[in-house]
Amino acid sequence: MAEFNTSVNDKGEISVVSLKGFLDAHTANVLENTFSNLLEENKYKIVVNFEDLSYISSAGLGVFMAFIEKVRENGGDIKLTSMSDKVFNIFDLLGFPLLYEIFKSEDEAINKFKE
Amino acid sequence: MKLSINLKSNLKLGSNSKHIIKKIVIKSKTENLSEIRNFISENAIEAGLKQVEIDDMILAVDEACTNIIKHAYKSYPEGEILIEVDYNNKKFTIKLIDYGTSFDPESIPDPDLQKYYRQRRVGGLGLYLMRTLMDDVQYISVPGKYNQVLLSKNLNNSN
Repeated sequence: MAEFNTSVNDKGEISVVSLKGFLDAHTANVLENTFSNLLEENKYKIVVNFEDLSYISSAGLGVFMAFIEKVRENGGDIKLTSMSDKVFNIFDLLGFPLLYEIFKSEDEAINKFKE
Repeated sequence: MKLSINLKSNLKLGSNSKHIIKKIVIKSKTENLSEIRNFISENAIEAGLKQVEIDDMILAVDEACTNIIKHAYKSYPEGEILIEVDYNNKKFTIKLIDYGTSFDPESIPDPDLQKYYRQRRVGGLGLYLMRTLMDDVQYISVPGKYNQVLLSKNLNNSN
């Protein structure tokens, strides 16, 4: 079975969610739960770090679509950072760079919230 | 976790190039997607494909199998998915067969991400990825009997 997990680190009012492993239709609910918990705590400024993510399928991409609207309605955003070329290409194929800000580094994404 | 997999393999000698065919049968559970990806990866490596081609095929097959599990079998976990790879030096083809509900792929339009954003829907992304990542995607459905998806990639290595 594919391994996937998330860890959340608060940096001020920004929550950094780090993804690790394989995000597919089996593991997507782990990320759903992570986002649900953040929203329950009224945390809407979210940076997702993809550095240790090895794989993503459309089920994983769907999780971002499912939460982005509610996050933005509450004045927040989900910003993405540190993707491998392989993972970025999948986001790109589906036109995600039009809907999400994607940064090279976690610091850039965090700083964008502070602007 | 132990999976119930029947592994068969055989060689078929064609008139001009050697075909290699390998099959597995896997139950329709999302926890088996990683096993499916490994099966595709191992065979694609053996066929000498480039990593970027292997990555494309793994994702296309994952998307196809996810659709089978969620839509053809409607998340019923005991359905069977037969996965067969067939390759020679010109083409790598993956055949997926299931015995669940049929659908007409022509009825699924390419996704409009802005519309998905507004409606918070994400269906259809998998089919779009399959069509984009593979050179050819063909569906054959015999309602009440089986559905078959053929995913193929042309191999450009002329050696």
